[in-house]
Amino acid sequence: MGARLPGDAVTGRGHQLTVAPLRERTASAVADPVLRARTARAVDRFANGREVALAEVEDPDGLRGAARAAKAAVLADLPAVLERMADAVLARGGHVCWAHTAADANAYIARVAAGGTVVKSKSMATEETGLNDALEATGARVVETDLGEWIIQLATETPSHIIAPALHHDRHSILDLFVRRAGAVALDSEPTALNAFARSRLRQAFLAADVGVTGVNFGVAESGSIVLVTNEGNGRLVSTLPRVHVAVMGMERVVATWDQLDLLLNLLTRSATGQRLTTYTNVITGHRRPADGDGPEEFHLVILDNGRSELLATEYHEMLACIRCGACLNVCPVYRQVGGHAYGWVYSGPMGAVLTPLLAAGHGDAADLAGASTLCGACMDACPVQIPLQDLLLSLRRRRAATASTSERAGWRAWSAAWSHRSGYDASTRAAGWARHLGRHVSLMPGASRWTDGREPTLPPGRRFRDRWRDGDV
Amino acid sequence: MGVGGADGTDAVPVPDVVALFATCVVDVMQPDVGVAAVRVLRATGCDVRFPSGQTCCGQPAWNSGFAADAARVARTTLAALEAAIEDGATAVVAPSGSCTTMVRVFWPELFELAGDHDAAVRARRVGVRTFELCEFVAGRSLPALSLPEPTSVAYHHSCHMLRELRVHEQPVELLDRIDGCRRVMWADDERCCGFGGLFSFKLPEASVAMADDKLASVPVGPDGSDVEIVGADSSCLLHLRGRSQSEHSPVRTRHIAEVLAAALGGDRPPDPARSRVIAARPEGDPEDGRTAPR
Repeated sequence: MGARLPGDAVTGRGHQLTVAPLRERTASAVADPVLRARTARAVDRFANGREVALAEVEDPDGLRGAARAAKAAVLADLPAVLERMADAVLARGGHVCWAHTAADANAYIARVAAGGTVVKSKSMATEETGLNDALEATGARVVETDLGEWIIQLATETPSHIIAPALHHDRHSILDLFVRRAGAVALDSEPTALNAFARSRLRQAFLAADVGVTGVNFGVAESGSIVLVTNEGNGRLVSTLPRVHVAVMGMERVVATWDQLDLLLNLLTRSATGQRLTTYTNVITGHRRPADGDGPEEFHLVILDNGRSELLATEYHEMLACIRCGACLNVCPVYRQVGGHAYGWVYSGPMGAVLTPLLAAGHGDAADLAGASTLCGACMDACPVQIPLQDLLLSLRRRRAATASTSERAGWRAWSAAWSHRSGYDASTRAAGWARHLGRHVSLMPGASRWTDGREPTLPPGRRFRDRWRDGDV
Repeated sequence: MGVGGADGTDAVPVPDVVALFATCVVDVMQPDVGVAAVRVLRATGCDVRFPSGQTCCGQPAWNSGFAADAARVARTTLAALEAAIEDGATAVVAPSGSCTTMVRVFWPELFELAGDHDAAVRARRVGVRTFELCEFVAGRSLPALSLPEPTSVAYHHSCHMLRELRVHEQPVELLDRIDGCRRVMWADDERCCGFGGLFSFKLPEASVAMADDKLASVPVGPDGSDVEIVGADSSCLLHLRGRSQSEHSPVRTRHIAEVLAAALGGDRPPDPARSRVIAARPEGDPEDGRTAPR
């Protein structure tokens, strides 16, 4: 099933993948030294924070193991846990939408919004579905209120990091956007000034909004609650000021119990930003009650499948344990150089390299993303729920190989035929020894420039180790 | 190390027999590393053999998703290493963390995926006897180690060795044992160099950027001396060296086996296999390679 454009019933599973091939995307990213420097600085701050925050915990690896087990237990019983979640929401007078596809979720929210003004707090699920474009196509006005999300909305970009969506910007590029796209005048690039401008503009949007859309960090089935963790407080305004609150939850984000929430919440904030708790931890259970001073009159929970349930019975089910902390991005040496946009969709880093081929399968070169890793394993060591990301990437490479081009398969076949016999190995490695006679001209060999553009080739010396051993010269 | 002589009177040590898995990269591209590894192993009292049927561990195909082709090649090397063990080798040693990982960690899975359960069982038997060079040598006694000239080095932890084998302290301890080897602290010593096998060809620009990041993080040595990157995987080092040379950077690279061999001194250490009469174990066919002619 291909990824779909919002509003396009034939091809759309949500936000569209970038069209340029992966190598081109990574090459243009690394050609931007400013982007690389900003990315490295940001991920270092997060990664160091994570190390410090986890060091405070008595047995971090034990905690990670327990978190993995908790997520596995929920996923093993996911349909039933989701039913309990939905029942609890309904019992509190809320509404539940089971969205099979991105288009289903967008269409439901568009009906609720009815062309009004929508404010949003940060939500990767709605980035995935391409909600903003879908809502705007129905005449609704959409304002992102997470500062980073507002910045990339102004820039018409996708997030470059799942928890820091505007990580690729700095105060100068943000000022430029505020002036060009948000009508700022006489503003300077001091962070406090930029914040004050954003705050005043966003406050108008909060007060004018008909509908607030939030993501869901965790759903808790036993009470039908949703949990939002934010540092800016916008999530609280989005979920209380407008008349209607719509929460969009990837179906795997539910936990069964508050005990499980306790375990995972503790790991989420420490792994993401290095915080013991974020500034705001909101637990929201339904709409406003008669005794409440404020809050929305309606609460809607959109449970988003969009390809997730298809993974449950596959070897990729462990990816559904992901709690979207971003720790794998922060330690990934590839992400550090190429940033988030090179991954082409909304998710990036190792988790994006696994999720994109799974959730946007068949679209563009999504399958190639499994190759956007050196398999260094740093992501697995950082993952708070111990997802075997490297194993999943390897498995996705096998899946891709099954449909590889005839010439690629023939190449490996020829290689394995030769190197499964000593005679074939001898013939090919002796031939490689001749490459030394090419000297600098070795770069003219087919494909060699992929190494020699930027790296001096090491030429085989000709006499192999085994030749020297045979000759008693060892 | 065992002691020869049934009654204990003849205390000539019987060397441990070790099969060298040279790896294809060392065999073809860096034979000096293989020679150095043999010297180091002999210096710890090992009788080194080279099972000549070995080719490659299959990693390039495995990491590209072609498990059947990887298994086809790995089966050949498995047979060679297995035969060496049956012929008396107590350990297989490879001068590569990555290829050791392939044998020890991924071979069983690889063969199972290829539908060859029998090979997976055999691979587990070989795997438990397979060691990366540093992890093997660190537990044995070595003669005094001294480099002829003071050298500043920074140790690069290669990814598979660090995160799959969890071999972390041994190579560093070995370097610290060498007189004249000044190891500098390197904050980014555990970050991937960007080689990643065919990654370095498929996304070369990203791969080179990662090398630049790694090279730029190398600290300056004491008194401003140049620092040599030392590692236990030739492939990482070839990638870093290639980048360093093309950028005319002063950073050089050297495999840890070569550093250790240089620290053994100029004399070729005695081959323990030569210093005793091998009655029960005749010299093998040179082409068979299990025992090399001297």
